[in-house]
Amino acid sequence: MSKHTLSVLVENTPGILARIASLFSRRGFNIDSLAVGVTEHPDISRITIVVNVEDLPLEQVTKQLNKLVNVLKIVELDPASAVQRELVLVKVRSDNGTRSQIVEIVQLFRAKTVDVSPEAVTIEATGSSDKLEALLRMLEPYGIKELVQSGTIAIGRGARSITDRSLRALERSA
Amino acid sequence: MMTDQATGVPKPQPRPPRHGGQQTATVEHMTGAQSLIRSLEEVGADTVFGIPGGSILPAYDPMMDSSAVRHVLVRHEQGAGHAATGYAQATGRVGVCMATSGPGATNLVTPLADAHMDSVPLVAITGQVAAHAIGTDAFQEADICGISMPITKHNFLVTEADEIPRTIAEAFHIASTGRPGPVVVDIAKDALQGSAAFSWPQQPELPGYRPVTKPHAKQIREAAKLFGAARRPVLYVGGGVLKAGATAELKVLAELTGAPVTTTLMGIGAFPDSHPQHLGMPGMHGTVAAVTALQKADLIVALGARFDDRVTGKLDSFAPYAKVVHADVDPAEIGKNRVADVPIVGDAREVIADLVVGVQAEFESLREDGSREASAGDSDFGAGSYQDWWTQLNRWREAYPLGYDLPEDGSLSPQQVIERIGQLAPEGTLYAAGVGQHQMWAAHFIGYEEPGSWLNSGGLGTMGYAVPAALGAQVGRPDRTVWAIDGDGCFQMTNQELVTAALNNVPIKVGIINNGALGMVRQWQTLFYNQRYSNTVLHGGDAEPHGSSRPQGTRVPDFVKLAEAMGCVGIRCTDPEELDAVIEKANSINDRPVIVDFIVHQDAMVWPMVAAGTSNDEVMAARGVRPDFGDSDD
Repeated sequence: MSKHTLSVLVENTPGILARIASLFSRRGFNIDSLAVGVTEHPDISRITIVVNVEDLPLEQVTKQLNKLVNVLKIVELDPASAVQRELVLVKVRSDNGTRSQIVEIVQLFRAKTVDVSPEAVTIEATGSSDKLEALLRMLEPYGIKELVQSGTIAIGRGARSITDRSLRALERSA
Repeated sequence: MMTDQATGVPKPQPRPPRHGGQQTATVEHMTGAQSLIRSLEEVGADTVFGIPGGSILPAYDPMMDSSAVRHVLVRHEQGAGHAATGYAQATGRVGVCMATSGPGATNLVTPLADAHMDSVPLVAITGQVAAHAIGTDAFQEADICGISMPITKHNFLVTEADEIPRTIAEAFHIASTGRPGPVVVDIAKDALQGSAAFSWPQQPELPGYRPVTKPHAKQIREAAKLFGAARRPVLYVGGGVLKAGATAELKVLAELTGAPVTTTLMGIGAFPDSHPQHLGMPGMHGTVAAVTALQKADLIVALGARFDDRVTGKLDSFAPYAKVVHADVDPAEIGKNRVADVPIVGDAREVIADLVVGVQAEFESLREDGSREASAGDSDFGAGSYQDWWTQLNRWREAYPLGYDLPEDGSLSPQQVIERIGQLAPEGTLYAAGVGQHQMWAAHFIGYEEPGSWLNSGGLGTMGYAVPAALGAQVGRPDRTVWAIDGDGCFQMTNQELVTAALNNVPIKVGIINNGALGMVRQWQTLFYNQRYSNTVLHGGDAEPHGSSRPQGTRVPDFVKLAEAMGCVGIRCTDPEELDAVIEKANSINDRPVIVDFIVHQDAMVWPMVAAGTSNDEVMAARGVRPDFGDSDD
């Protein structure tokens, strides 16, 4: 199995996330992570999906996604030429003895401490999933009380934008 | 966006403009319900099959005043859906059905799934509870958009009256273009009651929907090259050729290349059964010649077909020597089951037309090369050049033709009944089949010469399809005779629509192939479950009659009395001697539906057969008869 990151531009219509999720489940495709948000154009949302498949089913995934009427465009982002980021918020047990050690780890990973209380610190970190895994491994021994993670979002490097042409299509039809 | 001055747009179903061909539409104010009926008129829908109910009620008021839209009141929403499908398959136009919210909408689920599997252009209009009540578990509320998401091409929830005309235009556009399919338009009751500005034509706003119809020239050239190099080609033709209206082009391509043709269950009628290049149907119950031709082929040209598991058998042993050209309007079908050496995305009609030109050029250049090099023998490219291949094919055709044995006890043979119906029917008769043994026999023993003459539920395998589909086909083609070939099991699922047929003067003919059993399941029990007939007996007698007792068929209910009770003519036929006379009598009655209860032998089986999960190499011509293919040339 291999991971692929798909950027899916969709019309910002009700139910589109259900359509995509339902497509994945009924065709037996595995989603590793999923993140949704609007783009620079309010009528277009961008869904970043990390799928775990072999190459041939991946072609099926994109072709089936393309059949959804509200899907405008699908681009697979090559990790070598794209920036991929996740966000974690993690609440770590801490006391006067461990707090400074934890803060040191946070600095090493260029993460941020966003909340401190006598028994815990809350840390915000962004990065690739590898980096975040490494951070969490370091924090594990102190006791992770609570963890929340976003799906991966990704954008291609360089000046080109994947939204330009879809925007034009949307404007033409309006 | 909805504008007051919409400009002209090609409509999926062109019809003369209502208002004297003016280019810019004026805005009229009316209720959402009125705008719905007006939109249906504008888009060219002439028939709606449906049943009213609470949420859709506002739409039925203006429906009453429409002279352009005929509403056929069915007895169950499933019947409305299959009737719309039959209408669409027989006419090539978009079928329309209508139901209320909740149970009305959920009763459409089976026909929607059926139409989705068989790519039938359908628009289903459902009422929904008022917008403010959605999500509250209101009376007769069901999330039909959520429910139908995986079994429709697309669906819409409309909560504003103003959105109705554009949504209807988009629904018909999506249903009828690209790979056709069913579209649900779920309209909240308050949107139907609200006031709306109506204008027409409507510009679809579908930036994410751009079906590719024009094939790529390079792919066409590649495909043509493979034709030139092939020694054992087969044209594997599916329902896409019928949907694209490409039968004339197909005949030209077939005769130009001289390649054998096999039409799938959904493709029957795309190529005349009587044509000498026709090998019959492929697949689980395909002819030995068609199944084996695909297995031994060195080139398969798939046109609007999808390598369904019922065609390929065990996929990894399917057609092991073949290169594959796969043409389909739906890119997702290409490479889904079988890797394509040459993928072609496009409308079958355009693909085949381009292939004709490409293959002509290829054969021409091969001939020139051949004469330059003065190579003897096989220089005659084009029609008739696959001589060795045809020698083999003809050997299989002659050794393993379709056939059946007449029962020794003098009872009716189901195959003979179906064959005689086909032979005695007036020219141009349309046939609708249910699902099971009778469906396979109807595919085998009736000759189909033209597109739209064979209607069946191929992908979903929906028992109960035949009667309502025949109803829809007859409404769409009142000029034709329509025979439903049904089983006694299937018939009992949807026969309530005979009432609809009787009351609406839709004179369909239904032949019930009554073997008193769920015949196809019984056949599997005979072959694979030690003749333990668990729950497949429909008649009232012994589960397993001993000796050679005459078949009794299903007598509860009494189909003749049932037919009469529903306003139809009912006839029973038990004796081969009276078979022709009964069929002639049924053919002569054209003012009412006719139901003929043919009591047939219960042990007849469908052959040939490839057992589920096995390779097509294991095709059995008859029980215990495995064809001898001699020396395979691999």
